[in-house]
Amino acid sequence: MLDSLILRASARYVLWACVALSVFVLLRGHNEPGGGFIGGLIGALGFVFHALARGPPATRRVLRLDPLAWGGIGLLLAAGSGLPALLLHAEPLLTHQWMEGLPIGTAIPFDIGVYLVVLGFALAFVLPFLGEDAA
Amino acid sequence: MLALPAIPLLALACVPLVGWGLRRAPVMAPWLAALPAALFLLVLTTPDGAMFSLHWIPTLGVELAFRLDGLSRLFALLIAGIGAGVFLYAAAYLEGHPLLHRFLAVLTLFMAAMLGAVLADDLLLLFAFWELTSLASFMLIGFDAHRAEARRAAQQGLMVTVAGGLAMLAGLLLLGDAAGTFRISAILAQGSTLAAHPAAPWIVVLIAIGCFAKSAQWPLHFWLPNAMAAPSPVSAYLHSATMVKLGVYLLARLNPAFEALALWQGLLIGVGTATMLAGAVLALRERDLKRKLAWSTVVALGTLVALIGIEDPLAATAAVVFLLVHALYKASLFLIAGIVDKKAGTRDAMQLRGLGRRMPITAAAALLAGLSMAGAPGFIGAFAKDLLFTVQLGVPRLLPAVALLVNAAMVVVAGVVAARPFMGKPMETGGVAKDPAVALLVAPIVLATLGLVFGMAPHLISAAIIEPAAGAILGRPTGIALGEKQGGTVVMTMSFAALGLGLLMFLGWRRLQPTLAGQTWLDTYGPDAGYGRAMRAVSAVAVALTRRVQGGSLRGYLAANLALVFAGAALVLVARGGLALPLPGPWAGPAQLALAAVILAGALAACRLRALFGQVMAAALVGFGVGILFLTLGAADLAFTQFTVEILAIVLLVAILARLPFHAPDARRAPERRRDALLAAGVGAAGTAILLAVLSVPFDPFITEWMGKAAVPEAKGRNVVNVIIVDFRALDTLGEIAVLLIAALAATVLLRRTGKPG
Repeated sequence: MLDSLILRASARYVLWACVALSVFVLLRGHNEPGGGFIGGLIGALGFVFHALARGPPATRRVLRLDPLAWGGIGLLLAAGSGLPALLLHAEPLLTHQWMEGLPIGTAIPFDIGVYLVVLGFALAFVLPFLGEDAA
Repeated sequence: MLALPAIPLLALACVPLVGWGLRRAPVMAPWLAALPAALFLLVLTTPDGAMFSLHWIPTLGVELAFRLDGLSRLFALLIAGIGAGVFLYAAAYLEGHPLLHRFLAVLTLFMAAMLGAVLADDLLLLFAFWELTSLASFMLIGFDAHRAEARRAAQQGLMVTVAGGLAMLAGLLLLGDAAGTFRISAILAQGSTLAAHPAAPWIVVLIAIGCFAKSAQWPLHFWLPNAMAAPSPVSAYLHSATMVKLGVYLLARLNPAFEALALWQGLLIGVGTATMLAGAVLALRERDLKRKLAWSTVVALGTLVALIGIEDPLAATAAVVFLLVHALYKASLFLIAGIVDKKAGTRDAMQLRGLGRRMPITAAAALLAGLSMAGAPGFIGAFAKDLLFTVQLGVPRLLPAVALLVNAAMVVVAGVVAARPFMGKPMETGGVAKDPAVALLVAPIVLATLGLVFGMAPHLISAAIIEPAAGAILGRPTGIALGEKQGGTVVMTMSFAALGLGLLMFLGWRRLQPTLAGQTWLDTYGPDAGYGRAMRAVSAVAVALTRRVQGGSLRGYLAANLALVFAGAALVLVARGGLALPLPGPWAGPAQLALAAVILAGALAACRLRALFGQVMAAALVGFGVGILFLTLGAADLAFTQFTVEILAIVLLVAILARLPFHAPDARRAPERRRDALLAAGVGAAGTAILLAVLSVPFDPFITEWMGKAAVPEAKGRNVVNVIIVDFRALDTLGEIAVLLIAALAATVLLRRTGKPG
């Protein structure tokens, strides 16, 4: 934790700016450069910055859940998004389904799952090194 | 025909409900017995020959196929019927135990797996359920996990049965390959043609190993008595009445296909007889009630295996009758041993005396079960014994002598377990013993009484249960009705001789037992001790190997990994003649040349700089340079990712550098530095050679073009890279993120141990 007033004061805004940017990158990914993988990394950067400024315990409070739990939710979401094809249409797992005429389909929860796993993975690795007392 | 698959699958679906529900309301535990009772009725009402199949893994030919015939009906009835009694008993036996819900959930899982295994009509489905029973058995033997003895027994049971299961899997795959199908009914329909297949000996031996391990055949019998560390309901249910009979079941199931093979007959009769003898001697030697019963179970299992090996209608009938008889009396005796243990505080047969007056109902149930075990006239046990003798007399050589001795030993066990503890003067410590609550008594009384009922009225089960099951073992109807007098005066004489010899040995057992127990060489050179030595040897090898391979130097690991991967790759490249230079293409633009210079400078600086912090920054220069290079080549997504990864990596490295005592710049000595430089240069050269070789292969644009064209119509996305990640190759991505999460899990565990601030 770097003890700096400027960092501490700006941490929250940088965090939410990063999260907002990461969600934007995540959602535009299907048509422009971006996607869940990059989005997850950008989001992780925001949280890492926050942890540097205010210490990992504060960051964990913002996260609510353990990074691993977010990763687990993401994995379930990604795997679950492959099920409709299998169960409803007897197609191979992870054949994405799209709503007629709308850019909404099972690829979106899949990409959100990727986002969450990457975020959880990065934070689970980095946070323990940023000066929290190991649990 | 939905009732048939519902039998195992319904039970399977109940497992989480049981665990969750009973945790909240443990008082509901006795009502769980309604589940096996309902399944019992379902099995009873499902017609013979019912079939059900659903494609499960069509590419591998695995089907969710179930079938009910005489043999599987007998087993399913035993599993559900005895299950009902055992569930009721277990709820009372472990009343107030904080983990009762877990115990009953695993017991439900076990029952579901057993039903699945005996109803499965697909070899691989059967195997899956088979292994599930091993896992459930592991958890149940180790239920008292705080006892080292229970943990060892659980591990031993699992190791033996699963190792056998592995051999069996190979056998089943060979069998499916030889028969051209995994459907059991289709395999059996081929008759004895399979016996002539060149792979038949392998199939027989491999499958037999699995069955022998599961059914505790000599020399793999030693895990069963140790499994008595489990609570008594488990011993009664898994380790006498049902699970250990699964090996017998599979042998019986496949018997029609292989009965013509001399190897099959010899293996089954030989191993079965050896098991009978070993079990009988060890049963006489044992003092602990439950272990004594376990050894006699080993004897019974050996008998069953030998009977299946004898190809004769009478032998098949004898096997079925004995199977039923044994399940009834043995489950009952185990439950009674549990009651005695609980009430009198010991299971030592030498100490237990005179409980009869204080526990009259328990004593009566024990007497009924014991008489059936000893084969007293009027009990169904008598039929089993007559059939056994008739069959065994038909096989000359030593089988009749073995049969006489073994049956006498069974009489002794019946006496010592079912009669002796209740006879004579009351023991001193047994002062508080009294009959237990009704819930504990119902199951042993009903099971023991059934032995008498079926003995008096054999027509109840003869045509409905016994004949169809025996016919399935034989592969054709037996035409034998239970209750017809079998054998002649020779069998009668032998039967009485066994009873007499048994009674004599029982009266002298108090003196006989110490002599037998004194034979310590049976323990020293027995397979149990051998198992212990083998396990210790495995540990010793693992420790020695770990000490050599994992010295603890991170630098050493890194060097070994790099050297192995790149030297290996380069070796293959050279050996296969893959070294090649790509055709000269258009020259790179000035921007790219400048970037290449930056990257090169960063790499050199990383090598030359002394301070770690400076090295990190220099390495970052390489990373960002490569990222910008990607950008100039039009790979926006790649550049994007490269930048974010690079930033995260720098933050992480700087954070570590700030926290860990890495202040000493570089402790390597000159020779080490030279060696590292050599390694780095080698890795770089190998990597360059590989890249050049890759680029020299003409680029086939087919896939690129297809993906570019298909991205919008097929996947509704214009960003081809992302479409590939989330759609075209989504399954790969799923695997990758799963790996990421596993790595994060592992890292979290490791960092929790050693990541504390230094």
